[in-house]
Amino acid sequence: MSPLRKNLERFSPVIVTVAMFVAWEAVARLAKIPSYILPPPSEAVMAGYEFAGPISKHALQTLYTTLAGFGLAVVFGLLVGVIIGSSKLLYRAFYPILIGFNSVPKVALVPLLVIWFGIGTVPAIITAFLISFFPVVVNVATGLATIEPELEDVLRVLGASKLTILLKVGIPNSLPYFFASLKIAVTLAFVGSVISETVASNAGIGYLMMSASARFNVPLVFAGLIVIAAMGIGMYAIFATLEKRTTGWAFRS
Amino acid sequence: MTAQADHADPHGQTGRAGLFVEIKDVDLAYGEDAESLAVQGLNLDIREGDFVAVVGPSGCGKSTLLKLVTGLMPPTQGAVYVDGNRVNGTLSFVGMAFQNPTLLPWRNTLRNIMLPLEIVEPHRSRLRREKVAYLEHARNLLRTVGLAPYESKHPWELSGGMRQRANLCRALIHDPRLLMLDEPFGALDAFTREELWCVLADLRRAKQLTVVLVTHDLREAVFLADTVYVMSSRPGRIVHSRRVDLPGTRTLETCYEPAFVDIVHELRGHIERVRCDGPQGIADVPTA
Repeated sequence: MSPLRKNLERFSPVIVTVAMFVAWEAVARLAKIPSYILPPPSEAVMAGYEFAGPISKHALQTLYTTLAGFGLAVVFGLLVGVIIGSSKLLYRAFYPILIGFNSVPKVALVPLLVIWFGIGTVPAIITAFLISFFPVVVNVATGLATIEPELEDVLRVLGASKLTILLKVGIPNSLPYFFASLKIAVTLAFVGSVISETVASNAGIGYLMMSASARFNVPLVFAGLIVIAAMGIGMYAIFATLEKRTTGWAFRS
Repeated sequence: MTAQADHADPHGQTGRAGLFVEIKDVDLAYGEDAESLAVQGLNLDIREGDFVAVVGPSGCGKSTLLKLVTGLMPPTQGAVYVDGNRVNGTLSFVGMAFQNPTLLPWRNTLRNIMLPLEIVEPHRSRLRREKVAYLEHARNLLRTVGLAPYESKHPWELSGGMRQRANLCRALIHDPRLLMLDEPFGALDAFTREELWCVLADLRRAKQLTVVLVTHDLREAVFLADTVYVMSSRPGRIVHSRRVDLPGTRTLETCYEPAFVDIVHELRGHIERVRCDGPQGIADVPTA
């Protein structure tokens, strides 16, 4: 690979991102779109600067509910994934229900959660949990179910118990699936928490955007969107790095 | 191969003396009906130290035979004896290797082949204390198959032949008395395969192993085995046995000698016959 091509590959994410903002800015200004419909990104950034205090307060709230929901999803997802992944019977028994739960739009659950828990932090955490739980379960279960049958025979002949096979082969084998699911799950968790905040909360980026749009402060809405996107990218990057660090072997074969 | 007198055992819990593996009138069905019989009326005797190859048309229950002997599957009818005892449950003095090497991608070669030591007693409880001795043992084994320089490589860094060598090492690391191989070289190219025949022959000579090799490669069977058994098509049973009485140590050159070629030819004839008989045999069942 030539050095030019290498540099291009390295900086391509930055180039594309900057290009997108430049294009957006150009379209918004040249077409003279009113800023209460589509503000140019510079105005969104200005609004972000102006409301830096409230934005960071609400962003922290969103980050908190997202990570709390995501954390629960990881713990329970791992648990349920290992349980149904290591038993054919349970896998068969629970799979339809899991698909059913996953198919329900989470925004439809928020009113229920409000009845049960009131508005605010708790429904946001639960929505984030519900939306990010499924990919973790399915991936862990898949990882466990893809043990090669020959290897299982080799180990069973040696007298390996189900638990030994699970510990020595099943769980390491499912780790790449697990870490791959974390990247997906954490971004979904943001979707969940923001949805809930938009519908039923008085804190968080979702709430901030809701109230900003009620006051036609569209630049602030966009500032909120950019902040969510940035947090999503950051979290994704953290888990992608973690994935590479822990299961690098899975990327080389 | 001791010339000991065989005598039937009236109690049914022990096999005949002098036999290491004895399969006696075994049926194995995967389902309830007769259609699902994988093997029927299977009889096979193996002496300690013997190298036995089982050949037959595809789907004839060769792999089922391995599962029966290793105790992975109990027979529906009849009994299997190994080392004088009736098999019920798995036998940890067996080593197994399949066509698919199934090495763990997150472990290097050395740690891959040491996996059985983490499972089989008494090694399992000694492994930590006598780590140095076990490492030495594993490295020696890698050396005998020419993998010593690759001990810290991961499976994706090895060629197909090397992975299969490692697979053999993993099957042998706990010093099994019986080695069961299910088409171990089936996926390799012709040259690598012949190379590995020699590796296996050397290993067997060095360790005085009893080996059961399931294969569809007749040259492989004749080159490696003392006795070759031909299995019928499903439901499988042994229809022919052929002792390979080639003089001297076999080398790859042996494969081109008339005596060798004659045996391969003869076996080929038997396989052709069971392949043609197969469908008729099944058609005969209702009228019989």
